[in-house]
Amino acid sequence: MTDLTLPFVPPLDSQGDSYLSEGHTVMSWLATTDHKRIAILYALSITVFFFIGGIAIALVRLELVSPTGLFLTSDEYNRLFTIHGIIMVWFFLVPSIPATMGNFVLPMMIGAPDVAFPRLNLMSWYLYVIGAAFTVYVLLSGGVDTGWTFYPPFSSDYSHSNVIAAAAGVFVVGFSSIATGVNFLATIHMLRAPGMTWLRLPLFAWSMYAVSMVMVLATPVLAMSLLLIAAERYFGLPIFDPAAGGDPLLFQHLFWFYSHPAVYIMILPAMGVVSEVFACFARRRVFGYGFMVLSLMMIGVVGFMVWGHHMFVAGQSPLANLIFSFLSFIVAVPSAIKVFNWTATLYRGHIGFEAPMIYALGFLGLFTIGGLTGLFLASVPIDIAATDSYFVVAHFHTIMVGGTVSAFMAGIHYWWPKVTGKLYNEFWAQFAAITMFLGFNVTFLPQFVMGWLGMPRRYHYYPDVFQIWHILSSGGAVILAVAYLMPLFYLTWSLLYGAKSPDNPWQATGLEWQTPSPPPKTNFLRPPRIDAEPYDYHDFGRSEETGGAARANPQGRPT
Amino acid sequence: MTDLAGALREPWPDLRMQREGVGLGMWFFLASEVLFFGALICAYAVYRSFNAEAFRIAGEHSEIVYGSANTVLLLTSSLTMTIALRAATVRWRALTLACLAITAALGIAFLVCKGLEYREDLREHLFPGPNFPLSPPAAQMFWGFYWIMTGIHALHLTAGIGVVLVVFVLFERRVIPVQGATMEGVAIYWHFVDSVWIVLFPLLYLAGRS
Repeated sequence: MTDLTLPFVPPLDSQGDSYLSEGHTVMSWLATTDHKRIAILYALSITVFFFIGGIAIALVRLELVSPTGLFLTSDEYNRLFTIHGIIMVWFFLVPSIPATMGNFVLPMMIGAPDVAFPRLNLMSWYLYVIGAAFTVYVLLSGGVDTGWTFYPPFSSDYSHSNVIAAAAGVFVVGFSSIATGVNFLATIHMLRAPGMTWLRLPLFAWSMYAVSMVMVLATPVLAMSLLLIAAERYFGLPIFDPAAGGDPLLFQHLFWFYSHPAVYIMILPAMGVVSEVFACFARRRVFGYGFMVLSLMMIGVVGFMVWGHHMFVAGQSPLANLIFSFLSFIVAVPSAIKVFNWTATLYRGHIGFEAPMIYALGFLGLFTIGGLTGLFLASVPIDIAATDSYFVVAHFHTIMVGGTVSAFMAGIHYWWPKVTGKLYNEFWAQFAAITMFLGFNVTFLPQFVMGWLGMPRRYHYYPDVFQIWHILSSGGAVILAVAYLMPLFYLTWSLLYGAKSPDNPWQATGLEWQTPSPPPKTNFLRPPRIDAEPYDYHDFGRSEETGGAARANPQGRPT
Repeated sequence: MTDLAGALREPWPDLRMQREGVGLGMWFFLASEVLFFGALICAYAVYRSFNAEAFRIAGEHSEIVYGSANTVLLLTSSLTMTIALRAATVRWRALTLACLAITAALGIAFLVCKGLEYREDLREHLFPGPNFPLSPPAAQMFWGFYWIMTGIHALHLTAGIGVVLVVFVLFERRVIPVQGATMEGVAIYWHFVDSVWIVLFPLLYLAGRS
């Protein structure tokens, strides 16, 4: 059988309807195995949880306006920031880009009719829903107060909240990301269209490969560490109990063996998205494609060896601290390569400031700030001073929220015409993008300052000197909330009344754009065949084009 | 070959690639499983190095007769599983079905044997808690790991038996042909559960008796 025989791609004469018109019943969505519909199921669910987690932190920020607390008891305060962390990390950030854009775009980018295991893909969404149900139960039954990190002995002996249900939710949702990871790895290995060699993969596909690898190898360790916590709490097995020779530090090792790579689960897909966006809106080939691929993989691999930098003050040996510190500096190298290459991609580009590009530029700035402050914390002496301060909080929010959410929004706007077949309102989108960048900085720059001055995290009573910074930060959070709510309105408006989008409104070269918008159920009207490198916008150097009309050689060519 | 056409699923272009893809997907999943058990075995190793004497004392009390019998049962089941896979590859349907049935039966025998062993353990109060008979306290740690390790392994085995039985029925009713991709995936998973036991057996039954 030749490699050109693709029985699940329809013949030329079937001008297929879009995947959206393949059935309008609720069941046609809940029982679908179409990767595009599953992506939309995921998008809706994570949006709900994003706003639940957002409400939790809005209450926290409101409480922090006053140094003596406004309306929460300490216990309620603990429960609010814990549920904020659990929901945002596992029910929004980890699945955000892979499960929505990865699901929707990855198979189309590589010329596949679907992911390798469509039913497993649907199952992963149901696992997400089951995990989410546990979390909603935790929310309704009074929450959990251990912090999102579940450290024993807080979580084993001293907590009177619903630790087991919370851990069960995270455990189950972990298997949903393992299922997604296995699926993507098999898809990228087996289902690339003829001519789509490894080094012709768009960088988003490479980022999905790297992130899937991390998901598959890191998540099970989290599952085991939570299982051990549950065994200790429920069955009384003394796994982390020092009285029986146990060691709470072991939990921290296991937990961070997952949870540090989890940061890369969040940021690698974001890097993939902005690589697509920068190339398209600067009309430039991505600078240093090979190094971009290499640095994605290097971040994925070295990211597994740096977890100990979360434990510099936890009683780790000085030698271990030294090694983890060194490796944490090493992981900054590929990250810096990426930042420089994105900048070089912009250099002499023909830059358009459409909303996806503004979001992506915001990503670039915030990722750089987050990365550089990460270097402060990778250094043992500085980290000893800054541990558990707002400096750390601001650092990781700059990466995870400033970086990943900006890139998530960039991707949403970039692929919106592809997914829905509608155009969004460019003015409001640009306005929201700029508001988000400003709001983010007003929220988190004060946190860097007060953290540096000594404000510890997880306290709601604090000395008066920090009040000005907390008020600034809470004010920024209001701006940020507005910026997050705006897309909800103008994107819904676009869905209902938006103008119909052309198939390729950005004149992008990616294979996913060489098919109708929204795409037919089988993705392509005829088997795709690839005979070009990705990002063939124009050669290095200044664009010859004038008036914004851009030349681009699409990657896929109809055979 | 209508028989084969029924085995091809979306989105695969042909059966050979589908079979390769299912095998590859299963290996990726097992990589994940290795890390899952790896975390547990790593924790065991750390605590054993902290509490070597306690682990030795506690390890002497595991039921080596049941453990050894179970090792024999499970290794034999891997043999029959291999025969089933080979038979499926050459489309020897009857032998495939027979071997799958024996494999599932051996798996169930393992669980029964494990249950009897658990009863013995509980009769001796070897469950961490106030009535735990052994000292020092870290002996409880060993038995904590004993219950978690064997329990999770038994859950994996139960899942494996369930899958083998489902596949048996699907083959028997000719819903899917034996030589498709399914058999390979099932076999890889079964051997994995078996290999986990090969690691657990010395940790729980032999190490305390050296």
